Amino acid sequence: MDVLDIIGPVMIGPSSSHTAGAVRIGKVAVSLLGTKPVKAEIMLHGSFAETYKGHGTDKALLAGIMGMEPDDERIRNSLELAKEEGLEYRFGKVYIENAHPNTARIILWDKDGRTCSIEAASVGGGSILVKKVNGMNVEFSGQYETLIVLHEDVAGMIAEVTYFMAERGINIGSFRCVRKEKGGAAVMIIECDSVVPKSVVDEIRKQPHVLSCVRVEKLK
Amino acid sequence: MYQYDSVDFLVNEAEKNNKKISELILKEQAERMEITRDDLYSKMEKRFEVMEEAVKKGSMPGLRSVSGLSGGDAYKMKCQVDRGENLCGPLFGHALTKALAVSELNSCMGKIVAAPTAGSCGIIPSAVLTIMEDKNIDRKDAVMSLFTASGIGIVIANKASISGAEGGCQAECGTASAMAAAAITEMAGGTPRMISNAAAIALKNILGLVCDPVAGLVEVPCIKRNAMGTANALTAAELALAGIESRIPVDEVIEAMKKIGDMMPSCLKETAQGGLADTKTGRFYKKAGFDL
Repeated sequence: MDVLDIIGPVMIGPSSSHTAGAVRIGKVAVSLLGTKPVKAEIMLHGSFAETYKGHGTDKALLAGIMGMEPDDERIRNSLELAKEEGLEYRFGKVYIENAHPNTARIILWDKDGRTCSIEAASVGGGSILVKKVNGMNVEFSGQYETLIVLHEDVAGMIAEVTYFMAERGINIGSFRCVRKEKGGAAVMIIECDSVVPKSVVDEIRKQPHVLSCVRVEKLK
Repeated sequence: MYQYDSVDFLVNEAEKNNKKISELILKEQAERMEITRDDLYSKMEKRFEVMEEAVKKGSMPGLRSVSGLSGGDAYKMKCQVDRGENLCGPLFGHALTKALAVSELNSCMGKIVAAPTAGSCGIIPSAVLTIMEDKNIDRKDAVMSLFTASGIGIVIANKASISGAEGGCQAECGTASAMAAAAITEMAGGTPRMISNAAAIALKNILGLVCDPVAGLVEVPCIKRNAMGTANALTAAELALAGIESRIPVDEVIEAMKKIGDMMPSCLKETAQGGLADTKTGRFYKKAGFDL
């Protein structure tokens, strides 16, 4: 923790967990989709489900999905802005076994029908923890530049992607690979020390057996 | 690099080097972040500007929170002070107005600086800005005082907690109040030792304060507790500047706060199950939902 954490962040109220953290969860969801969403389904668990209206958590999540930062004053009007932008949304309540009280499950669709889903918790002070990506268990906080590589579970995938990054001088701080089943869909969560250039993301995306590669920029 | 595990360490460093605590922290933090001191000062100054803006916006008439539970009280307080009718005079009146303004703006989804949290965001701006304006203190010294406040806050965060859910309101408004007391003591020319006494006294006075938000929202009783936290910071600074010492050293007060927080049942830590949240009226607001 440094002086800018303790006197900060600059944010839209009323609660670092319910608004600042919620904006960040929305931002991660939309980075994962990679394109402009036209539809969002947002399910809320625990304290999020109980108090989201009073805290403006719904507005914050939607603002994040529209790409706003936690200090954007338009957050207050995000429900109206979404309608203007043609983003269809629906909020609901859900009970998720063993989940953190401030958890949201978000499914997004773009105009071509591409979709993605995340489950993430706002764990205090605006910090978040992403727990699921497209139904697969992951864990990352957005405190670092993060690459999410969705791929087919075939031999040599990890070596290929990490070699590729090493070649371009990108240092990996943490790495996790999970899969749904042997030979099925898998996901790599790679936290990096430096910004991953778009060219690298594009090149990884073109590799055989890679279904998609998205970069979640370090949260501000 | 400092460990930020003892306020006494910061005070000793300041005394040894014959420097203000804020100067030491600015220097150390700039090195830690690998940026220049000027850059870090500018970043803090931007936060200071957000605080000033929040005071202005929050004192306007017609504010109303999303839930409808709060808004408009800073304006009421401001009118009372402007009429010259408030009981404790202009300085105190301005401090209360500013604390309510920032905190109410927070509940109305306005832009604030979490200092250290959003729920306690009114205390530091109100104490620092009121003393700056009332005592004609240089703006640069006011911005610098936020580094002193930060030093105290980081130690509390490391040794105890700044979260209501972990330590109750003593951890949230208590920390903000201790940070504010330290900041204004430095602004008023207090010694590093006086600063540690001010922080100790402020935190001592709020020990045991539970976090019991009505309907789980950061509004009732949080907003008025921001006013109280500011009043407490003024009290603590006033005592410390008179040379009054805290019999219990600040680092031990912080440890006590942590132990009290650990002992507190979870119904009194932001769960909205106990305290004011569990009164007849508190339960009514929860049941009524938020379209009041």
